[in-house]
Amino acid sequence: MAVILLLLAASISVAAVFLIAFIWAMKDGQFEDDISPASRILFDDNQKPNSQE
Amino acid sequence: MDKQPSSAGVRKETGTCYHCGTICPAAAPVLEDKFFCCEGCKTVYTILKGNGLCRYYDLNQQPGLRQDKPEFPGRFGFLDQPEIAARFIRFESEDTLHLEFYLPQMHCNSCLYLLEKLPQLDDSVLSCTVHFTRKEVSIVCKRRKGQVRRVAELLTHIGYEPYISLSDLTNKRPGVDKSLRMQLGVAGFCFSNIMLMSFPEYFGIDSMEQTLQLFFRWFNLVLAIPVVFYSAIPFYRSTVKSLRAGFLHIDAPIALAIVITFTRSVYEVFSHTGAGYFDSLSGIVFFMLLGRVLQDKSFRQLSFERDYTSYFPIAVNVKKGETEDAVALPDLKPGDTVVIRAGEIIPADGILTSGEGFIDYAFVTGESMPVHRQMGELLYAGGRQSGGKIEMLIMKEVVQSYLASLWNKTGTAKKDTNLSFVHALSKYFTWIVLAIAMLTAAYWEMHDVSRLWQAVTAVFIVACPCALLLANSFTNGNILGILSRNDCYLRNAGVIESLSGVTHIVFDKTGTLTRASDTSLKYTGAPLPEKQLDTIAALASGSGHPLSLALARHLNRPLEGITLRGVKEFAGKGIEGYAGDEIVRIGNAAFTGARPIAGLKQCIYLSFDGISPGYFTAQNRYRDGIEQWLNKLKGKYKLSVLSGDNAAERHALNSLLGRGCTLYFDQKPEDKRDYIRFLQDRGEKVLMIGDGLNDAAALEAADAGIAVSEDHNNFTPASDGIMQARSLPLLPAILKLGMVNKRIVMASFILSLVYNIAGLFFAVRGVLSPMVAAILMPASTLSIFLVTFGASRYASKRLGLTVSRRNADENHPRT
Repeated sequence: MAVILLLLAASISVAAVFLIAFIWAMKDGQFEDDISPASRILFDDNQKPNSQE
Repeated sequence: MDKQPSSAGVRKETGTCYHCGTICPAAAPVLEDKFFCCEGCKTVYTILKGNGLCRYYDLNQQPGLRQDKPEFPGRFGFLDQPEIAARFIRFESEDTLHLEFYLPQMHCNSCLYLLEKLPQLDDSVLSCTVHFTRKEVSIVCKRRKGQVRRVAELLTHIGYEPYISLSDLTNKRPGVDKSLRMQLGVAGFCFSNIMLMSFPEYFGIDSMEQTLQLFFRWFNLVLAIPVVFYSAIPFYRSTVKSLRAGFLHIDAPIALAIVITFTRSVYEVFSHTGAGYFDSLSGIVFFMLLGRVLQDKSFRQLSFERDYTSYFPIAVNVKKGETEDAVALPDLKPGDTVVIRAGEIIPADGILTSGEGFIDYAFVTGESMPVHRQMGELLYAGGRQSGGKIEMLIMKEVVQSYLASLWNKTGTAKKDTNLSFVHALSKYFTWIVLAIAMLTAAYWEMHDVSRLWQAVTAVFIVACPCALLLANSFTNGNILGILSRNDCYLRNAGVIESLSGVTHIVFDKTGTLTRASDTSLKYTGAPLPEKQLDTIAALASGSGHPLSLALARHLNRPLEGITLRGVKEFAGKGIEGYAGDEIVRIGNAAFTGARPIAGLKQCIYLSFDGISPGYFTAQNRYRDGIEQWLNKLKGKYKLSVLSGDNAAERHALNSLLGRGCTLYFDQKPEDKRDYIRFLQDRGEKVLMIGDGLNDAAALEAADAGIAVSEDHNNFTPASDGIMQARSLPLLPAILKLGMVNKRIVMASFILSLVYNIAGLFFAVRGVLSPMVAAILMPASTLSIFLVTFGASRYASKRLGLTVSRRNADENHPRT
């Protein structure tokens, strides 16, 4: 029976980690802007001048 | 900001501006093989090209905005004042500044790209981060003298002028309220774990493993504590608030059910009589919060609360001797002389002392054409100078000006008082539940007192009106979402219901039925030969008068090869010049010697050597397709048009709206409001649709007020909703959807009643097991969710509204 308690503790702590991650992300403002990060990742960093002709 | 559709069939080789997509005038600047509509657009292109940022043009076709506004170097002079600059500094350290600006022009990922490459354009900028939904940039830059101004000017240079208004000085921007989502997250965590822990209880647990059973129960109790004491706070809060105000909010029975369920469950655990209802309890809280989050979908890029302070500039240039000083608007005193340049707004009532005013009051009064004002005449606050530089003597303080006083007159809260039909329904519901509980109590009192409390509390647990509330909030959330995908943004869910009850629709004319920035000219008279058209166009383009400019734009001719001699402008009269030996005049009737046509106000007469072949009249241009959607509204609603303009359009409006429509012209803002009140006194439910500050009082007075905006960057007065002009044809469908909304709520409520009755069947007999409760509750929630979601989508599709998400469209609003 002790194994159930062990599993319980493990599963709850995993869930708690996700809850903390959620709260952290929320406070950090990750859910506020869902457009810019999605576009930002597509921009190349080093663009040679005059390369677009 | 109004743009010509770039894909229209008229696209010639001279075509559209490479930067912004505006159709180029005939004499457009050309660089390499690219055309530009104006020098401003060309400048931006040159800057970007010089810095290797041409990917801006690859990400989207013609992503820019038109840069034809004249610039003058000192326009951000006020940012040199530390107390104004401090408003834009979020954080400062020894050698860096963190600035934040609101850039309403931001509209696509090209903008995002360019703005985040800002450090490449200026060494003093260290980084730039875009917050797209709020249309803000956070800029980290080196700390230097005048750096705030420098950054503002840099942004303006590349076409993103920070929007700086008086409200930046007076109001603090509200932070985003995250607590509801946080509460939802916590409730979700607890709910799912409690469900997991409850399974042994549902399937029966051996009495041998009693320690384990006890452990599970205690664990659930612990997990339920954050739900009851943190996540459920919104329900307690609105209950307490409503009780203080002397009525019963729909949240009250919910709060009661939560408290009763929790108390009983704790009792069961302590007394070892059962497992309690922690799973149902946390489930209710979780789903209710979910519905609320869906419904409170806020449109952060929009503001429904704007007053005149967000329209007014933050500072003006005050003339002191020979120099000009930037002065913050609240510090402006009567007796100051301020300098107003083209495109700037008159901050306070005063007298024109120098220059010639062409004041565009379209936004303030609804007059469609700029008014001509000469020295010594009174200028009212809120107008926009569209001619050259003028100077004016301030007569009143900003807060005492006509425009500001309008605002102070209206500010009364009214809309919170009319409660939703759901509240009325919930009241009956609560009484019925109480009656059932009493009957149950009476029955068990006679038969088996030991089961009395169990049965009574079970009734409360099962029959709390959360199903009704859920149905309501899920439907509202869905409908708000669908409306927003059709570019109609409502302030809150209550507005949907106000829309459904509307009986009378009142329109503003200028900027609502007509296009604000667009007047078309019509020529009446003898046909003009090509050569004369060229001459007129050349003459008109040399003047700053708005009508002349409109004429030049209307004719749109190449101006090369036309020589005019002796061009002279006569203020308030017209302009003359010699083409060869012929003296050409355009202007008013007396100046050109033409016979004046009675009743025409906005009119340009022509004459060649004293002979007048005809005249041009300015006409309002109605929005495309306006007839169709007005026709749809005609039969169902009473319509009125209130215009701040003169009666010149009476005929056109009559034919558009039909005989049954009421038209009023020359309406002042307070007249509009009084008309709305008059209708309301006769029992009408009024929807006001307007766009300008002149409609603000009426929008506020109406049962529902919707502001129309060319795009959501523009200033809109405080209102219940903001609608993009191009969505106006959807108005009949949107109003219909308001009614459908009510029906969907009722339907899903009836459905959930079935579940409630099933639950009550167990509850009154005192045999409601946690297992039955645990099955009933999510099942009813799920079916409500599916019904509301499916029905609102189906209804919207049938009404011709866009249902699917349009992420792509959000990034490229023009395609």
